[in-house]
Amino acid sequence: MNLDWSYMIDQIPLYKKALILTIKLAFWGILLSTIIGLICSIIQYSKVKVLRNIVQGYIELSRNTPLLIQLFFLYYGLPKMGITIEAELCAIIGLAFLGGSYMTEALRAGIEAVPVTQIETAKAIGLSNSQLIRYILLPQAVTSSVPALGANCIFLLKETSIFSGIAILELTNTTKDLIGMFYKTNESLLMLVIGYLIILLPMSLLLSWLERRVRHAEFGY
Amino acid sequence: MSEATPLLQVKKLVKKYNNKTILNGIDLTVDKGKVIVILGPSGCGKSTLLRCLNGLEDIQDGSILFAGQELIDPKVSWQKIRQQIGMVFQSYDLFPNMTVLENVLLGPIKVQKRDRAEALAQARELLQRVDLADRENDYPRQLSGGQKQRIAIVRALCMNPEIMLFDEVTASLDPEMVREVLNVILQLASQGMTMVIVTHEMNFARSVADEIIFLDNGNICEAGHPEDFFNNPQTDRAKQFLNILQF
Amino acid sequence: MLNSGINVLFEGINMQRLLMGLLVTARVAVFSIIIGCTLGTIIGVIRTSKSKIIKMVFRIYLELFRIIPILVWLFVFYFVLPADFNINLDAEIVSIIVFSLWGAAEMSDIVRGALISLPKHQVESGKAIGLNTIQLYWYILIPQSLKRTLPSAINLATRMIKTTALLVMIGVIEVVKVGQQIIEHANLKNPTASFWVYGFIFFLYFIMCYPLSKLSQRLERKWAS
Repeated sequence: MNLDWSYMIDQIPLYKKALILTIKLAFWGILLSTIIGLICSIIQYSKVKVLRNIVQGYIELSRNTPLLIQLFFLYYGLPKMGITIEAELCAIIGLAFLGGSYMTEALRAGIEAVPVTQIETAKAIGLSNSQLIRYILLPQAVTSSVPALGANCIFLLKETSIFSGIAILELTNTTKDLIGMFYKTNESLLMLVIGYLIILLPMSLLLSWLERRVRHAEFGY
Repeated sequence: MSEATPLLQVKKLVKKYNNKTILNGIDLTVDKGKVIVILGPSGCGKSTLLRCLNGLEDIQDGSILFAGQELIDPKVSWQKIRQQIGMVFQSYDLFPNMTVLENVLLGPIKVQKRDRAEALAQARELLQRVDLADRENDYPRQLSGGQKQRIAIVRALCMNPEIMLFDEVTASLDPEMVREVLNVILQLASQGMTMVIVTHEMNFARSVADEIIFLDNGNICEAGHPEDFFNNPQTDRAKQFLNILQF
Repeated sequence: MLNSGINVLFEGINMQRLLMGLLVTARVAVFSIIIGCTLGTIIGVIRTSKSKIIKMVFRIYLELFRIIPILVWLFVFYFVLPADFNINLDAEIVSIIVFSLWGAAEMSDIVRGALISLPKHQVESGKAIGLNTIQLYWYILIPQSLKRTLPSAINLATRMIKTTALLVMIGVIEVVKVGQQIIEHANLKNPTASFWVYGFIFFLYFIMCYPLSKLSQRLERKWAS
């Protein structure tokens, strides 16, 4: 396979821009997802029935619909009802709507894994509910959910490719445009894959390091 | 509080799970400075009784008075009461995300809002007393079961409780570690700490108790001085229980 | 406007067209799930082999599909096959190929995980009564690992159905594309069409995926104990 190297070098600035945009959108989306996940998992623990049902409904909606359709609805549908959101913000909201439910599930599993005896001991010391959540429940839950939270981060990063659907020039859409313009299919796709590897490889290495550290902190091996 | 008011008084306490009666009208009085040991076969409700005393179980009938105050009242905040009732569990649940010192100081600083330096001084003194002064920066995973249980006792003591509840604190320890934990409790008794203890260690019960309560099927079958109970049990159930323990 | 907007769904043969589009979506999903699960089960069994090379080859195959987004895989097959190999396939066929390969990769990991978690003595007692390898898998190992694999496999199917929304990006005329056509056609006289059409498609996906993910949850809970 003969690759046109000079074409690839020419396109580096465009890919760099796309890469930075991808990272930026993913960063905000993941950050918001985590915040949503924390809030929703605490609500589910709290056992306030109305709030729990709302959270449950949100989780079902978010998990059982495709991100692309969520984005189309936000970007093309809502403006017709008078709510106009700019594309990048749509992307972040969409990713957070999707990611929030995944983060909630991961944290909820972590909370469920905290032994009942830990909670009773904390109560016996006289901790209030909010202190119990802050000092005992969340630190332990987050620690044990690190692998799941990490897997979610990688999943959400990959989902940014779907932003192509609302004309955001992230990595995948940039590539698609370039293929359409220059027909340099192999070169463009190769650069795309390299782009994703640049984000995902360090990220998965970081996560497996973090996972090992956390496990060491928790169990000592 | 007058001399006559017992520190803790339980009247006609009834506890049910679904429709099964676990505790069937328990009466119990704990005077200040006294050590009560609760004995009985597995499943007799002794741990449940202890948990009721700390509000970890809701009760269906009866009352619990602490220093004359009725605790079975929706207006009573268990969170406040628990600061005065120390409890140590079988599973020595130290918080794995905190060091020994952080475990001990969590209650005094975050719950009681005490001055850090003062709480720290007390924590160190207590750790010294249980021979673990050098482990204050260790994490629970670095400690043996016996060490963890001693830290759990210190953690409860550091809140300056009026009374301590011990729920089978040596039951999940290796035999060689049981002694070090029981010594700490004996030491507390000699200093006049009020305690309610659930245990299976008969020799320990005999030497530490001011009063033995023998519980069976959710009822108090026998209550009295340890020497009387061990040498001359009155009921068949108690005789049977003590016989099983002798080889 | 709010009241009249929703009529776009029922005007002319719009509803019929959307449902026909959904049929295309479902066709891709069903074929991919069947091919993916079958192929994945075979690969999963192969991956329990002791050969390092076999393990590595399939591991790389799995990781490639995990690291690279499915949309990128769709583009790779859609653009590379005609450009480099002069193979011109219908976009729907390309989708089925990509989804099947992805499904097989994920399924192989589910099957392998279930097989290696079975107690060793099951294999040993199977061999002890003289079963050959195929009989061992067919009568002993696969039936036992079914309980572990089924909830995850249903979950995978839900993910695959959800991901079929991407087909529109390589030009398959499925439910999303039909929706776009309806919106374009109606845009002048019915400005809120996109709200209702996308909202409806959102709902369609939900009613396809929700029962499946509930089923998977229920089975998992039932078989966990």
